[in-house]
Amino acid sequence: MMPSVTATLRFDNRRLRTLLIALATLLALGLVLTGSALLGEQATRPDFQARLLPPGIDHWFGTDTLGRDLFSRTIEGLSLSLWVGLLAAGLGTLVALVLAVISTLGRPFDAAVGLLVDMILGLPHLVLLILIAFALGGGTQAVIVAVALTHWPRLTRLLRAELLQIINADYVRLSYHFGKSHGFVLFHHVLPHLMPQCLVGFLLLFPHAILHEAALTFLGFGLTPGQPAIGVLLAESLRYLSAGHWWLGVFPGLGLLLTVLIFDRLGASMQALFTPREAQT
Amino acid sequence: MLSASALRYCHDRHRDPVIDSVSLRVKAGEIVGLTGDSGAGKSTLGRLLAGLLRPQAGRIELDGTPLPRHGLQPVQLLMQTPELAVNPRWRIERILHEAWTPDTTLLEALSIRRDWYSRFPHELSGGELQRVTVARALAPGVRYLIADEISSMLDALTQAELWHALLQVVASRRMGMLVISHDAALLSRVANRCYRLNAGQLDALA
Repeated sequence: MMPSVTATLRFDNRRLRTLLIALATLLALGLVLTGSALLGEQATRPDFQARLLPPGIDHWFGTDTLGRDLFSRTIEGLSLSLWVGLLAAGLGTLVALVLAVISTLGRPFDAAVGLLVDMILGLPHLVLLILIAFALGGGTQAVIVAVALTHWPRLTRLLRAELLQIINADYVRLSYHFGKSHGFVLFHHVLPHLMPQCLVGFLLLFPHAILHEAALTFLGFGLTPGQPAIGVLLAESLRYLSAGHWWLGVFPGLGLLLTVLIFDRLGASMQALFTPREAQT
Repeated sequence: MLSASALRYCHDRHRDPVIDSVSLRVKAGEIVGLTGDSGAGKSTLGRLLAGLLRPQAGRIELDGTPLPRHGLQPVQLLMQTPELAVNPRWRIERILHEAWTPDTTLLEALSIRRDWYSRFPHELSGGELQRVTVARALAPGVRYLIADEISSMLDALTQAELWHALLQVVASRRMGMLVISHDAALLSRVANRCYRLNAGQLDALA
């Protein structure tokens, strides 16, 4: 046996690579967030002498119809979308996890959660979103709550199935048999098993959350038009695309695409870290 | 003494019970064999005795008192497939230490090597992993073992080694044991007496 195998913590190539990807994506997200903090003021300052300029040295992504720098607006919009997406998807995942745990408590609980899931899934997504956002009076908070409250059902179903499978697994039964408490089993056997599903669910929610934020904003129930959200930028660009001002739509759209891809990458590498078998083969 | 009286268990209410009025006694220091056709309910009986399943009728008692509801169970089950008995996300060291910290003599007796500690279960062979689950189940306070086909997937040599080590520990601690197996030769070697489970009933074998 090679001596290196005896080390208590091993990092083979795959683990190291996934860790590096995770760090790089976190770094990229951090850059967007700090960028928005630095460029925030620039994003809303109009300059009527520099209206609708194509991309150039002074304005990397060009300017819009009020002469505002599109690069700052894109970064600002991305960070706004990121926050809305993160919070909404995070809350949605939390709701799904809690409801999934509740559904495993007994038959009546399971039936109640199942009914709730079917009810929400049966309603048209956007209608429910508009209703909740409208009832809460619009704005960033309303969008976050609306998206969080409408996006949990599918993940709840998935997590419930996973939970049922794991609490009946032999090694979980044996853990109780070794005198381990419910808390120990929950935190050491059950939740680590659910982490990848939660992360994947979170990452699938994330683009949805951003898109629905944009949809709500577009329809006038979401963020105010003054806020440089990606949804607002894209909606604004529609009017100018036919006039040849392509940069108004292309750059914010590309930014959104990259953000979603980065998150996807992060999720994939995290999943590999959490499931050793897949991570090593 | 581990005693089961008039046990009854059905998987499905509308079908015949798998276990029907089965009574069985295993004394401390005694090794009892259990055989029977596939699907006869041997593993179900094993799970009932270990307290992993609740019988629909009948009692299981340890020295005249019911099995404890909490804490380390004095009757432990060793399973046929060790892969299902361990958390695939845990490293061997954590798995081995879940119930207690096995001493070096036991680890040596079961030839469990230190360099397995940092591995995941899928990086061990079935026989190696089975030895880990055996060591894990031998916590102090465990007085009876139910060995459910624990060596059926091992080659003859590994099988002999595993039984040699296990029987030594069981004898030195005066533990009782129920050995479930298809292998008549194995049962005749290790068991003091044998039963056959047939249509939910236990028949004593000569």
